[in-house]
Amino acid sequence: MNESFPLLEIDGVTVAFGGLTALEDVSFAVREGETVALIGPNGAGKTTLFNAVCGLVRPGRGTVRIAGAPAPSSATGLVRAGVSRTLQGLGLFDTMTVLENVLVPLSTTGGDTARAAATLARLGLTDVAGRAAGTLPYPERKRVALARALVTEPRLLLLDEPAGGLGADDIDALATTVGDLAGDGRGVLLVEHHVDFVMKVADRVVVLDFGRVIAAGTPDEVRGDPAVEAAYLGVGAA
Amino acid sequence: MDRLVFLVAAGLAHGAVLALFAQSLVIVWRANRVINFAQAALAVVAVYAALAVTAVSGSWWLGAFAGVVAGGLLGAAAERGPMRLVPTHTPLPGIIVAIGLVMILQAGLAIAFGPEYQPVPAPLSERPFVLAGIPVLSPYDLLVLVVAGLVMAALALGFTRTSLGLQLRAAAFAPETARLLGVRVSRMITLGWMLSLATAALAGLLLVPTELGLHPHALDGLFVQAFAVAVIGGLDSPAGALLAGLLVGVLVSLVSGYLVAAAAPLAVLALLTLVLLVRPGGLFSAAKERAA
Ligand SMILES: Nc1ncnc2c1ncn2[C@@H]1O[C@H](COP(=O)(O)OP(=O)(O)O)[C@@H](O)[C@H]1O
Ligand SMILES: [Mg+2]
Repeated sequence: MNESFPLLEIDGVTVAFGGLTALEDVSFAVREGETVALIGPNGAGKTTLFNAVCGLVRPGRGTVRIAGAPAPSSATGLVRAGVSRTLQGLGLFDTMTVLENVLVPLSTTGGDTARAAATLARLGLTDVAGRAAGTLPYPERKRVALARALVTEPRLLLLDEPAGGLGADDIDALATTVGDLAGDGRGVLLVEHHVDFVMKVADRVVVLDFGRVIAAGTPDEVRGDPAVEAAYLGVGAA
Repeated sequence: MDRLVFLVAAGLAHGAVLALFAQSLVIVWRANRVINFAQAALAVVAVYAALAVTAVSGSWWLGAFAGVVAGGLLGAAAERGPMRLVPTHTPLPGIIVAIGLVMILQAGLAIAFGPEYQPVPAPLSERPFVLAGIPVLSPYDLLVLVVAGLVMAALALGFTRTSLGLQLRAAAFAPETARLLGVRVSRMITLGWMLSLATAALAGLLLVPTELGLHPHALDGLFVQAFAVAVIGGLDSPAGALLAGLLVGVLVSLVSGYLVAAAAPLAVLALLTLVLLVRPGGLFSAAKERAA
């Protein structure tokens, strides 16, 4: 653990949907240059936590702070605060070209459009820049979604199942990309079911079960934790 | 042969107006997934505004400019007002509210300006040029073709080549995702309606001098034909609206010229039915335009 600047601070966050408590008193932080993986069985509250960070659900108790300030409540505010998110369902603009997809976030921030080409090159998408995003094979579409999140050079990235549906080679390449992000001093929070990928890229792992943090620590610490094995790892990745 | 050339030329000029109005329906469809059944009534209000400005200033061009601006403002008012209040999970409430709006606007115009046709002079001569003994397009027809062509080209470039166009398309394709990427979706939808109604007002302005004149229902026929054009071309396809507009314009002109004018709506309906049977998405529809 290091003492660098916290980009994301989740403090005592509780979210309830009617009678169902989706998150209960969840606290952790993501610092500069750190990659934190959020794992847990289906229904544990991972997506709800992302939504709470993005202002899509409002915690009943607790606070979310981004770069030391209360999280902006609007999506545009969030983008301006340097937060990007990928969606589990990719959410690409299928009929737009790959380049246009990556230009959308820049068009809202007035960012330098030259970054789009650089980001596509970085993710090996230059050759397909002019193709409609919806026509690409799944692994490439996944990289387009990542490129679209990276192009604004966010300080904090929220990645929803970045390895989901990918083969071994693509997962290796993704691990390298994520590693580079942390190397640049960015913070990464990712939700992922793919245990090997998590163990490879995460500096710290936070395990959720029924909305509570049941374990947190380095990948090795978490892997050996009996409660985690009972709740999640032992049951197999969903 | 002479007759054929004349009818095709006249059909292209009318088709350009149809294409322009259909374009305006496509813009709203892409922004909101609704057919705005109040498009003609809103556009005709803008044409009345244009005529009023022309009457005061003596300039058709100034009036036309005012009409386009009025169209844009009416588009914003319609979207921010009634359309935003309507539930969108099913199409019916939007249609009913639009029809209510049509009734209010058309009754209001009849009360304010009378139900008579007011003649609208064209800014250029409507006497056709005669080429090798064949009467072809008039100077006004040429103006219509050039203006409609330029505006459609500008819209196409605006949507594909500018940052604002990119945001408009993103907001239309997947509003939730666009919002997460920082697009101000609600602003974009209002802007889409403004563009749409400004375009529709322009189409109405170009049409009225060639018809009986201005009247609260003067654009009803244009709406019906342009709606057919938009569906034939594929509601998502600006290029489809252009090509289908020219196609329907020529069809209407030929049927009116060789048979009777009363058969033209039937011919359009027949074409529409045929297209819906063979290619339900429209002749020029691409893949699905929207994720959710
Ligand atoms: N909008 C919502 N309304 C009601 N219940 C919800 C809502 N979103 C999530 N939940 C419930 O909260 C719990 C946590 O869900 P979620 O955060 O999606 O879990 P995970 O992403 O870890 O699979 C689940 O029981 C889910 O059914
Ligand atoms: Mg989930």
